Amino acid sequence: MTRPADYPAPFSVDEAVGPPTDSPDERIDVGVLIVGAGPAGLACAIRLGQLLEEAPEVRGRLGEVPVAVLEKGKQPGSHLLSGAAVNPRGLRRLFRGRKQLEELPLLGPVEGESVYFLTAGSAFRIPAPPTMKNEGNYVASLSQLGRWLAEQAEEGGSMILPETAATKLLVEQGRVVGVRTGDKGRGRNDEPLPNFEPGSDLVARVTVLAEGTQGHLTGAAIERFGLAGDNPQVWALGVKEIWRVAKPLDRVIHTMGWPLRGGARYREFGGSFIYPMGEDHVALGMVVGLDYRDAELSVHDVLQELKTHRLMRKILEGGERVEWGAKTIPEGGFLALPKQLHAPGLLLCGDGVGMVNVPALKGIHYAIESGRLAAETAFEALQRGRTAATPGALASYDRAVRDSYIWRDLEQVRNMRPAFSRGFWVGGALAGMMTATRGKLPPFTFRTERDADVELIVTDRAKRYPAPDGKLTFDKLSSVFLSGNKTRDDQPDHIRIQRKVPNELAELWVRMCPAQVYEVGVADGEGTVEVEVNPSKCVQCGAITAKGGRLTPPEGGSGPEYQRT
Amino acid sequence: MSTLVFLEHHDGEIQKGALGVVAKAAQLGDVSGVVVGSDVRGLAEQAGKYGASKVFVAEDAALDAPLPQPRVDVLASLVRDQGFDTVLFAASVLAADVAAGLAARLDAGLNWDLADLTEQDGRLVGKRPALGDSVFVDVGWGDGPKLALFRSGTFDPVETGGSAEVEDAAVQLEEHSKAATMIEQAHAESEGPNLEEADVIVAGGRGLGGPENFTLVEELAKALGGAVGATRAVVDAGWYPYSTQIGQTGKTVGPKLYVACGISGAIQHKVGMQSSGTIVAINKDPNAPIFEFADFGVVGDIHQVVPKLTELVRERRG
Amino acid sequence: MKIAVCIKQVPEGTKRIDRATMRLDRSGEGALNAFDAHAVEEALRVKDAAGGGEIVLVSMGPAKASDALRKALAMGADRSVLVTDDAAAGADLVGTSRVLASVLEREEADLVLFGQQAADADGAVLWSAVAERLRRPVISQVAELTVADGKARGKRQTEFGYDVIEAPLPAVVAVSDAINEPRYPSLKGIMGAKSKPQETLTLADLGVEAGAKTEVLALSDPPPRGDTTKIEDDGTAAAQIVEFLIEKRLL
Repeated sequence: MTRPADYPAPFSVDEAVGPPTDSPDERIDVGVLIVGAGPAGLACAIRLGQLLEEAPEVRGRLGEVPVAVLEKGKQPGSHLLSGAAVNPRGLRRLFRGRKQLEELPLLGPVEGESVYFLTAGSAFRIPAPPTMKNEGNYVASLSQLGRWLAEQAEEGGSMILPETAATKLLVEQGRVVGVRTGDKGRGRNDEPLPNFEPGSDLVARVTVLAEGTQGHLTGAAIERFGLAGDNPQVWALGVKEIWRVAKPLDRVIHTMGWPLRGGARYREFGGSFIYPMGEDHVALGMVVGLDYRDAELSVHDVLQELKTHRLMRKILEGGERVEWGAKTIPEGGFLALPKQLHAPGLLLCGDGVGMVNVPALKGIHYAIESGRLAAETAFEALQRGRTAATPGALASYDRAVRDSYIWRDLEQVRNMRPAFSRGFWVGGALAGMMTATRGKLPPFTFRTERDADVELIVTDRAKRYPAPDGKLTFDKLSSVFLSGNKTRDDQPDHIRIQRKVPNELAELWVRMCPAQVYEVGVADGEGTVEVEVNPSKCVQCGAITAKGGRLTPPEGGSGPEYQRT
Repeated sequence: MSTLVFLEHHDGEIQKGALGVVAKAAQLGDVSGVVVGSDVRGLAEQAGKYGASKVFVAEDAALDAPLPQPRVDVLASLVRDQGFDTVLFAASVLAADVAAGLAARLDAGLNWDLADLTEQDGRLVGKRPALGDSVFVDVGWGDGPKLALFRSGTFDPVETGGSAEVEDAAVQLEEHSKAATMIEQAHAESEGPNLEEADVIVAGGRGLGGPENFTLVEELAKALGGAVGATRAVVDAGWYPYSTQIGQTGKTVGPKLYVACGISGAIQHKVGMQSSGTIVAINKDPNAPIFEFADFGVVGDIHQVVPKLTELVRERRG
Repeated sequence: MKIAVCIKQVPEGTKRIDRATMRLDRSGEGALNAFDAHAVEEALRVKDAAGGGEIVLVSMGPAKASDALRKALAMGADRSVLVTDDAAAGADLVGTSRVLASVLEREEADLVLFGQQAADADGAVLWSAVAERLRRPVISQVAELTVADGKARGKRQTEFGYDVIEAPLPAVVAVSDAINEPRYPSLKGIMGAKSKPQETLTLADLGVEAGAKTEVLALSDPPPRGDTTKIEDDGTAAAQIVEFLIEKRLL
């Protein structure tokens, strides 16, 4: 049986880690370099701004740019996508004494919630599992929140550099000294175009990687510095739409069951969410673990199918789809965390290392908290007489994270997700046990299995996907359009996959990708086919990396331009 | 309503678009035209035949080159001397520059890209498309003369067989209007019309089957006197150059006629050509989205339809 | 050589019209108008060819427009002037050209550059109005520009082919997107942009009013494209197409 892992991507970590190559006077110096203008990176920048404000002598020693944040999207928020029902804990702590929650661009507290188990024809209301309760949480658009956080970071003195991809981690004599940014103006075959602009070596005293899911340099750093934990990371793929609706939705809704199949054979773990965004919009999405087995499963199409359920139809009636997006979520939780979150000169935060509470579907407040803690450690290491490069100088970050609620929460629910590899019903029972005993039972610890190691099966699932009607259900191409993706077509291909693979694997990739990047090409008559790639459609969700390929950052500024996801 | 229409001319003929605007304006009231150039008196007769009751002629060697600023001077004097309250233009590179310069000179409102003009409750209302033709906007004017630029080819000229009174217009040029000089005047390039300016575009997509089949598209384009376009998919596949790509990440075009051969009509392509005047689509897939917005759609084999079409077009054009 | 480049901000992402105000919904972030990027690039080339000079960016818009200006500064422009004033919202060609002209008069540039069109308003006309107010010669749609010996020479495309037009400086030139390939700002450029002088002015500072002589009255759905015909080819499709084209006066 075919496993994606048998066809590994032509990618080596050596491409993403290396010494600086610019001459010393060409290199750009900053104090603290943060990669990723998401909640973790921006929380780090904001906290640093707060600390440096009180310590002008430290600030003065950090040069002209004390804090720089790199963002590969067109602007902060362009690549941010989440549900989201945010636990305000992280934001409250970050802005303690400075801002009230009401001043933040959140979309209102969660007023009520329902959880349904769906079949094709009905919806059974079930009590919300305690780990999923959203009382006290706030609905938000992560993209909007990100833009606002970026403004706060800038006001605090950080320099945000959008349209800038970090393609290489700069390591010298065993310590991280910064990153190299990506080239711009290369053509389809990598050839420099007339407006070619090479990247630059950005060197810093402390580098913080807050790249989010499938972080390019984070993965490379974990490998190079031997930081991996015992369990491989696993991911889920979420496809989301934002609709303008005729009637306001009065509560958050989660569903399980249909259209996913509960049998252990399929390993379809996931469900949907529908959140009100103010009075006149809703966000809805489908999240499915990428350890699914059926090559014909397409999360985008399952979302379209979900919308045909009468529960969804009622909510969306008279409405109009206004935005679409997709992104992966790390689901390994506690078990897949790296065994160490720092290396000489380096700190790792947020989704990049998998700080997500899967049963609660929460990660944003952990990202923010980890960013805040990283800032405090970095600040300590920058005091007079210290250097971040000394081994152990950044170890206080690990201690701080272990002492924090991030660790506590994740440990408590550590077995939840892997339990579901046994199928919905067994998994559900195990999950119930874990919840009731706050993680003490079952007494063993599961292991996670790499998504790419899962053997493929092929069913006729695709037959049941609804044909797009352009009103309720939509095809992938028009969806990519709504993501705001206008990527330049003559860029080099940023996706690494093997081009000649068994038919089922090609089929898997074609269906898996929400942006229709892959196409089945010419068959060679012996069970293998050529895979064709249309990289400019890519919305950089990261699914391919979980299933045998490797996403690398394309030219800065490419990809989706999310506004309200 | 006292209307003046700018009658752009080229090679001894008044532009069809301008005559179309005359026809439209004649529906709303009395229309005068103005021709500016050197040796253009003969054109006044043409204008009369198409509905202008009066034509002002501004003749001077200094006006020979089709430069905008001297025309602003002429029109501004006419508006002041004759009291026109409305000045209309058929859009072109020259007309747009003249209209905008005139708007600044007179501090008058200018609405452009209009597809229609009506009178509602005693006021003049223009209609124009916006946001890639997805919405229509009603626009109006404040006090002072009302200037308008109409989308090229919006109205058809109507031959009324009438004749126009001819009057000489004053030619008094400002210093800055005389500063620019025409060194070399336009002559058509030999390779055929440029994609963005072409009146006719024939475009090919994946349905062509292979790069060699682009000759079908090229032949039809030549027969129609148009330019050749391509979709992102075929440019990606290397069948045709990137400079011909039409769509969201390529060029945006709005020709009078767009013939789509083997193109599915995905939105990424649609946004690049949806404001085309008339869209003809040929595709063997009856469910292709392009049929939802093509004016004339043919479900058929391109290899059958296109060569035949080319032949018939050649016959027709003689 | 002093060059002024007029910049207009464009909302990012899929464009929407705010049905309440009937204006373009600008609440999304702004970006540097693609066409203006060509103008900035051309200014950099002209300054280079002249052996030096100054490039000043001029814009009128909401405070957010400074984002677009910063991108242009990152490309290499030297400083920017932004006129931002609530009273200027909704200004049309007449008002905008008046305000820009008053800033440009202060600057006394040798060359004023515009990009071909604003992607949001589809209005390819601002430069002529500004040139008129400045009482300077204007050349538009320029695909090739040479500035030497106190003159600007532009090769420009019209419906009929290419003209070559020359004007003495000071002049106004609008460049088309065929003129060049805008450079990517270097990281140093992006980081340095922040510290370049960015002036903001109000209408009162300039002593002008904006205003409009045109207004948006209503929004409506576009008229249906008219009858669409869809046939299956039975051998006569080509002939039917020709008939259709003749009917439409396209043949």
